[in-house]
Amino acid sequence: MSNNMKIQTIFDKSQDGRKGINLPPLDVTTNVKLDSNLLRAKKASLPQLSEFDNIRHFTNLSNKNMSIDKNFYPLGSCTMKYNPKIVERIANLDGFLNIHPHVVTNNNASDVQGCLQTIDMLENYLCEVTGMSAFTTTPQAGAHGEMLGIMMIDKYHRSKGNKRKYIIVPDSSHGTNPATASMVGYDVITIKSDEHGAMDFEEFKSKMNEDVAAVMLTVPNTLGIYNNKIKDICDLAHSFDAMMYYDGANMNAIMGVVRPGDIGFDVIHINVHKTFATPHGGGGPGSGPVGVNDKLKEFLPDLGIKKVDDKYEFTSGGKNSIGKISPFFGNYGITLRAITYMIGLGSNGMANTSSKAVLNANYILARLKDHFDAPFKSLCMHECVISAKTLAKKGVTAMDIAKYLLDFGMHSPTVYFPLIVKEAIMIEPTETENKQTIDLFCDKMIDAVELANTNPEEFKLYPKTLGVCRPDDTRAIKELDVKFD
Amino acid sequence: MPYTPHTKTEIKEMLDVIGLEKESDLFGGINSKVNGINLPEGLDEFSTFEKFKNIASKNVTDKIIFMGGGYYDHIVPSAVDALAGRSEFYTSYTPYQAEASQGTLQALYEYQSLICKLSGMDVSNASMYDGASALAESALMAVRITRKNKILIDAGINPTYIKVVQTYLSFRDIEFEVIDLKDYESDMDAVKEKIDSTVAAYLFQNPNFFGTIGDFNEIIETLHENKALAVISAYPISLGILNDPASMGADIFCADGQCLGNYMNFGGPSFGMIATKEQYIRNLPGRIIGRTLDKDGKELFVLTMQAREQHIRRQRATSNICSNQNLLALRSTMFLSLIGQEGLYEMSNTCFTKSEYLKEQLNTIDGLEICNAKNTFNEFVIKTKLSSADFLEKLSEKGFYAGINLSNLYENKDGQILISVSEKRTKEQMDNLVKAIGEIV
Amino acid sequence: MKKYNEEHEWVEVEGDIASVGISSYAVEQLGDITFLELPEVGSSFSTGDSAAFIESVKAASDIYAPLTGEVTEVNEDLLDTPEILNENAEGTFIYKTKISDAGELDSLMSEEEYSAFKETL
Repeated sequence: MSNNMKIQTIFDKSQDGRKGINLPPLDVTTNVKLDSNLLRAKKASLPQLSEFDNIRHFTNLSNKNMSIDKNFYPLGSCTMKYNPKIVERIANLDGFLNIHPHVVTNNNASDVQGCLQTIDMLENYLCEVTGMSAFTTTPQAGAHGEMLGIMMIDKYHRSKGNKRKYIIVPDSSHGTNPATASMVGYDVITIKSDEHGAMDFEEFKSKMNEDVAAVMLTVPNTLGIYNNKIKDICDLAHSFDAMMYYDGANMNAIMGVVRPGDIGFDVIHINVHKTFATPHGGGGPGSGPVGVNDKLKEFLPDLGIKKVDDKYEFTSGGKNSIGKISPFFGNYGITLRAITYMIGLGSNGMANTSSKAVLNANYILARLKDHFDAPFKSLCMHECVISAKTLAKKGVTAMDIAKYLLDFGMHSPTVYFPLIVKEAIMIEPTETENKQTIDLFCDKMIDAVELANTNPEEFKLYPKTLGVCRPDDTRAIKELDVKFD
Repeated sequence: MPYTPHTKTEIKEMLDVIGLEKESDLFGGINSKVNGINLPEGLDEFSTFEKFKNIASKNVTDKIIFMGGGYYDHIVPSAVDALAGRSEFYTSYTPYQAEASQGTLQALYEYQSLICKLSGMDVSNASMYDGASALAESALMAVRITRKNKILIDAGINPTYIKVVQTYLSFRDIEFEVIDLKDYESDMDAVKEKIDSTVAAYLFQNPNFFGTIGDFNEIIETLHENKALAVISAYPISLGILNDPASMGADIFCADGQCLGNYMNFGGPSFGMIATKEQYIRNLPGRIIGRTLDKDGKELFVLTMQAREQHIRRQRATSNICSNQNLLALRSTMFLSLIGQEGLYEMSNTCFTKSEYLKEQLNTIDGLEICNAKNTFNEFVIKTKLSSADFLEKLSEKGFYAGINLSNLYENKDGQILISVSEKRTKEQMDNLVKAIGEIV
Repeated sequence: MKKYNEEHEWVEVEGDIASVGISSYAVEQLGDITFLELPEVGSSFSTGDSAAFIESVKAASDIYAPLTGEVTEVNEDLLDTPEILNENAEGTFIYKTKISDAGELDSLMSEEEYSAFKETL
């Protein structure tokens, strides 16, 4: 059943004298010595394990993880879809892996035509899917893309002699949106959501003025709801020359169906590790390409590419570029994976993807809305939000439901987000899950309600089969242990 | 190639439960749909592979690499690929449910521990995007801690890093000043002069972009006397033999982790490290892993100190960063565990010795000048009467990426090249490079 | 006599000094308190300014000054043992302030009014 052994880290397993790698030989000598004041007093006390020790250690660690390849992973707004293996095979081709980025510094585009072609392909595909006129692949994650987007918006306003103070976000936004605004020096105005879950248009109208630099929206929003007033919001913002920023976290719902550029967004970021199936890696790497319309093109980062006849060349940004947020083209290995996936998917695949993602989420909502509180019972998009508010009165919280599910080989949905729904449970199945898996999930969720009605105290014992249960988060902070001593 | 498993029967069953007639009704409420997107149809797996294999073949991969500048051609052990390629690692996600993620969480705890042992610092986070943004975030961290608004930037830092730092700082109206080098070294006197009570931090790189190693102990003392912080951007492999940041007195350490078991991949993905003194832990950006006990007293690992992060603090967060570069940090954890205490020392020493050998051999060429001969680690600058571009092109034709064109990065460095040597370069390759250079200068 | 505001803060007046704290309802919502950032003695706040900052395991929040005035004392025990707030929020002050405008007290809620307010949440 559970793993009763004390944790053994690589440091616990270290044995003086063990070696894990044989290095290439030192086939030359030198008499030169560095000045002694520049040297370490003692070697860095890294552990000493053999290669096999390491293989055993990390292989066993990997077995303690849930992962998409093993488990249903319905985390809302994360889009935990299947990661196709052809993508890995292509990304690991020698022709892509061992390319040194300073060929850019040396202006040696002719040696990396393959890399530049894939970047160009991705930018073109993304422009077509989103309705924007130019893209940059430099942001290394969604939040990094948000930062770039707001920087460009800031420069737009400054270049007109018009430095503004505020960014508007709905109260349902991801935490990264207001955090990004702060990082770029803005204050945040938060607009509440109305009874349909959309940003309250009247309150928005009252707060919108010429001090607002931009409005950041996720579409559909984090409640899984598509707001048909988006165009009105964009029109109003534009009447004050404010920019509309699209947080692409939920793109999987509308890919091939709605184009953010068409409905009025000026700048967007895409989370390719969500919508375009690049592996999540346990928390990264991601990549957050940013697209702009013509208004913001001149502010893009200072490294780009252009096609001249049949060859690709590097471009350096114009005088209004915001500068650099990454040294070169961002996470090339990840953007390569994204375009590989998109080529395989094609236009037909993209529309089908969003359709099935929305079908799966609505099926779950339909099966669960009479067993849980459901603040929004009508059609959702690719994710749905239900609530354990009533169960919580019996002592069973959203966290308890989350822990219960883990014992059935399923990762929990997102809990306690969005913040505006009490005891929120946000479920995004994605399009790659089959009906049998989804039915099992719904069955278990309904079982959980049963258990809450008959034996609520039982929940505190879950999960029972994973070897550990209910970490003491307070102790983790009060008795801080963040490294091996 | 859609990966959707739905059969016609299943679709009908599901629509019935939802209460809709046809699939397109799911989007019935949306008033701004497009009429399809103008892209080709999807390709099957084999055709996709052939297409990209063809594209990959347009990249040159057979030249011998003597380029460094923050990205290095170091060994990548096959064990790292084998382990990190396990789908339990690469298809898992952020470890928000601790019980379901002990693999990732323990590996990150081990990562944090390794970074502390490498740098000597008290606490590390679970990684940043890359070395450049880690340096930028270190500067922002120093501004938060000291509540002062001026950053001194040493010109010896990687110039693309400096650009990134300047970009981050300029949007926050934080004052910064770049302090020029004296030859290829930090101008300690000039730096000392600039340190006053308005300075939040001094950012420097060691070894610097040109490979020169410096002694910053005195500067760091002066900084501390003025209640300013020392932020060092270091080169992890060099820490096998070079003085560690903590012993120098540095307050914040950051670095790029590509050199530790990660492929160059045309510049990314890599990851950034950031570590600091115990008293500044609340100001660290990004994720932090801690060890604790569960309800039955069993040890386990968790994300901790989350109240610093964006999903809780929102506009008051220490940073907007959400992802760490988990898979790359994991690879480096495996790398450091494989190479071990002795291996890192050996590797560092090998890089040093090989580059000194190359330096000596190049020094025998008439018409070639070594610009920074003393106290360098694995890279150094040479100068010939050829233009940098010309020099590199001629050597490229002979099968070498002989270095980085410094005249493309700096105003006054015509004819200068930054050459780097890693443990992978053999005596034969180095001798051939020397011979080839001798033929063209 | 204690008075409350809608941010779940309380003030208790003694002469011209008010003690400021947060309610047990607030502490319940926050969970285990792990850290407090206290104002400096001598600093002045207007009503609504962020005077202190509180962190728990799963949340973080500003504590806004319920009254205008100058800080005369801070509860330094909270720096080492912030968890005493979880044990006794209603009886633990966070800081004390001179009251510059007694009229502000009139717009705060009495204990009964605060209880009624909590019901509406």
